[in-house]
Amino acid sequence: MEDLAVTLARAQFAFTMSFHIIFPAFSIGVASYLLVLEGLWLKTGKDEYLSLFKYWRKIFAVAFGMGVVSGIVMSYQFGTNWSVFSDKTGPVIGPLMAYEVLTAFFLEAGFLGVMLFGMGRVSKRLHFLATFMVALGTLISATWILAANSWMHTPAGYSINEVGQFIPENWMEIIFNPSFPYRLVHMVLAAFLTTAFVVGAVGAWHLLKDKNTATARKMFSMAMWMAAIIAPIQILAGDLHGINTLEYQPAKVMAMEGHYESHPHGAPLYLFGIPDDKAQELKFAIGIPNASSLILKHHLHAPLDGLDTIKAEDRPPVVILFWSFRIMVGIGMMMLCVGIISVFLRWRKKLYDSPLFHKFALIMGPSGFVAVLAGWITTEVGRQPYTVYGILRTSQSIGPVEAPAVGASLIAFVIVYFALFGAGTYYILKMMGQSPEDLGPLTESPVRIASPHLLEGENND
Amino acid sequence: MIDLSTIWAGLLALSIFIYVILDGFDLGIGVIFPFLDNDDDRAIAMNSVAPVWDGNETWLILGGGGLFAAFPLAYAIIMPALYAPFIAMILALVFRGVAFEYRWRDKRHEKTWDRAFHFGSFVATFMQGIVLGAFIQGIEVEGRAYAGGWWDWASPFTFTCGLALTAGYALLGSTWLIMKTENGLRDRAYAIAKNTGRATLLFIGIVSIWTPFLSPKIAAQWLSFPHIFFVLPVPILTLVLAAITAWGLTKRKDNVPFLATIGLFGLCFAGLGIGVTPYIVPHVITIQQAAAPDVSLSFMLVGALIFLPLILGYTAYSYWVFRGKIDPKAGYH
Ligand code: HDD
Ligand code: HEM
Ligand code: HEM
Repeated sequence: MEDLAVTLARAQFAFTMSFHIIFPAFSIGVASYLLVLEGLWLKTGKDEYLSLFKYWRKIFAVAFGMGVVSGIVMSYQFGTNWSVFSDKTGPVIGPLMAYEVLTAFFLEAGFLGVMLFGMGRVSKRLHFLATFMVALGTLISATWILAANSWMHTPAGYSINEVGQFIPENWMEIIFNPSFPYRLVHMVLAAFLTTAFVVGAVGAWHLLKDKNTATARKMFSMAMWMAAIIAPIQILAGDLHGINTLEYQPAKVMAMEGHYESHPHGAPLYLFGIPDDKAQELKFAIGIPNASSLILKHHLHAPLDGLDTIKAEDRPPVVILFWSFRIMVGIGMMMLCVGIISVFLRWRKKLYDSPLFHKFALIMGPSGFVAVLAGWITTEVGRQPYTVYGILRTSQSIGPVEAPAVGASLIAFVIVYFALFGAGTYYILKMMGQSPEDLGPLTESPVRIASPHLLEGENND
Repeated sequence: MIDLSTIWAGLLALSIFIYVILDGFDLGIGVIFPFLDNDDDRAIAMNSVAPVWDGNETWLILGGGGLFAAFPLAYAIIMPALYAPFIAMILALVFRGVAFEYRWRDKRHEKTWDRAFHFGSFVATFMQGIVLGAFIQGIEVEGRAYAGGWWDWASPFTFTCGLALTAGYALLGSTWLIMKTENGLRDRAYAIAKNTGRATLLFIGIVSIWTPFLSPKIAAQWLSFPHIFFVLPVPILTLVLAAITAWGLTKRKDNVPFLATIGLFGLCFAGLGIGVTPYIVPHVITIQQAAAPDVSLSFMLVGALIFLPLILGYTAYSYWVFRGKIDPKAGYH
């Protein structure tokens, strides 16, 4: 029974977390995008920026709402299923999350109302300030939660007391733990990229319908700049992240790379293969000789240990890691391609006249979400079998819950999430299907009521 | 003795109280949603809280997060003990939270999302009442973990508390509407407030009388020497505030009932506090025993002292921006 409860609790955490992360990945990016749009509108006074701002604000509101409610679930899950983990790590992780609430969640929530409903009730400057606060809030939130999460991967600055609780010794070391800077940069860039590809896909969709739509051109162009600039930086950041992981969680990297065996004279970079955990070998492997040593150690013949150097009970599951890592990296490379092609087309003055490229950008729309999920799965599954790496095992983190209770709630989460977030995704797609040009007049009359109908000049939809 | 853990217990109590008041009125609006006259009124009612509900709910996150951070042991015991009510509560909050946006995005399914809003609000409220009741009733502990079964929370007393809180939130919601609206909707809110007011008072009476009979420990706590002095004024003040609420409702003083209701909640909360201190898991684990080490508490206290005033400031500002009566015509033409 014990084991089943652990498995179910893990499944529940993974499921709810995977749903939650989809929304932040988008709302962190859109919040900043809205800030840029409103800023450009205030600076230039051009209507197209205001149209785009209102268009994306509507979409943001729905995504943000889903982010908030799925997030509340997360903050209570620590206690319901992982109460032993909560008791032990509470003194370290708790304050980081408390700071997140105090400095980020209140900021987002407090100014969200003004940002969504306050246009016309407050001055333009104050409204801009509200948008800024919301965007800032999402970034601060990412900072704290990633500090907490990174600490679980590379714990630092703590001691352990007589009842087994982690006791903070040095807050600076806890917050700026070894993997935190890499994870923060990688995740925030991931959010920006995810958003850029969604915005780009929406722009492409409307360009495919009518390539002269001014707002569609604008958003497509902005998104493609982001892709061209951020994608290469993200790949660099990912590489550095991997090198850091090699230092602190070598087993994770071995599993990602599919290195069951050690390579004393330089390890190959496996592109494909079928990992077989039972036999502890990578079947049908196709690899580039010595390339892995080159990437990770910057030396062709540097030795790399394999999973055979790790005790069997300490190895992470290779199959998931091997594939999720390749999916993420593959998408990163595709994103880079989009960026490079866009620069080329822009240079040839053909950015708005290449339906084939627009179709490519359209298909790439959801790719950011897939990469984010693949990335997190790599990170979290690679931490197994520990919750606090090397110290607290997952099997020892679970609370006194019983499998039927966890199972029942897991089923409830699955049903509710698919129904509700499915509906939300459908509404978002419907809104994206409308062109910003069809939003109607950009009335700025003061409104007394917080009705989205009136604010956004919607008719009856 | 004032030490860090006592300060944190106070701060946590404060944020839970703020939560109960703020989310209380917007959950309450969800509870009375079907009893409003027509769709226009429902739209106005929802709009009166749309800009602030997210901020209101953030106090719940502070309550949960604060408990996790400041009293990890209590969090680790209470959450599994109240597994089902907590899961039901957060799922219900998901339903009503998405309804705020979805309702406007899909005219065809407006009714569906109205129902999600109503039932979500009701279930969340009821579960919070159960949590409160189970907390008063007591939780079985062994070592550092919950030791009871996972249905222990269910009892006549906790269900009564669920109903009591539902009545209370409905009263907060209807008096909020009285304050924020005009014409037909306000008339309706007055009528609802009179009923929910009576129900609230009745339930306060029932729960107060029932509580000391739950266990000799609680009775002893309430009737012991220093407590009795605090216990006595609470019922008296409660009656005074109930009278003020009733006066505001009959004389139609739009702002009075809401404010007086907040006072009522404050008194109940104080009464509860008297019954529970110095425990954080009633009658087994004290505030000091559950507290995180001082390094954690002091680190957070710095943040709380800087940010709580700021938060209160911009929350007040946000309410100020959307102050006054809502003009129903602006939303619908
Ligand atoms: C990289 C960013 C990131 C990550 C890893 C997480 N979150 Fe999150 N979370 C956000 C970024 C974010 C955000 C951008 O701040 C959100 C998303 C949309 C939103 O409304 O705010 C949010 C919302 C959000 C909320 C609602 C806040 C509100 O009312 O405004 C809660 C309670 C949590 N999250 C809790 C968690 C927990 C317990 C996590 C880990 C287990 C977690 N989040 C991972
Ligand atoms: C502060 C942030 C986070 C904390 C504290 C955290 C904590 C945890 C804990 C306690 C578990 C359960 C034990 C386990 O099975 O490992 C877990 C598992 C997991 N988490 Fe995280 N997590 C965080 C962020 C994330 C994010 C952002 C994702 C992205 C989707 C994620 C994905 C997962 C997955 C997929 C698992 C299941 C892994 C498995 O059981 O094999 N986590 N995490
Ligand atoms: C193509 C080059 C890329 C490389 C080399 C790379 C590398 C990595 C590595 C090594 C990790 C695991 C770190 C750890 O667990 O310690 C990781 C995690 C992650 N990746 Fe990537 N990545 C790449 C592209 C991307 C892209 C394009 C996205 C999203 C748009 C992305 C999103 C993520 C996320 C969200 C995580 C989990 C959070 C974290 O640990 O930072 N990655 N990446």
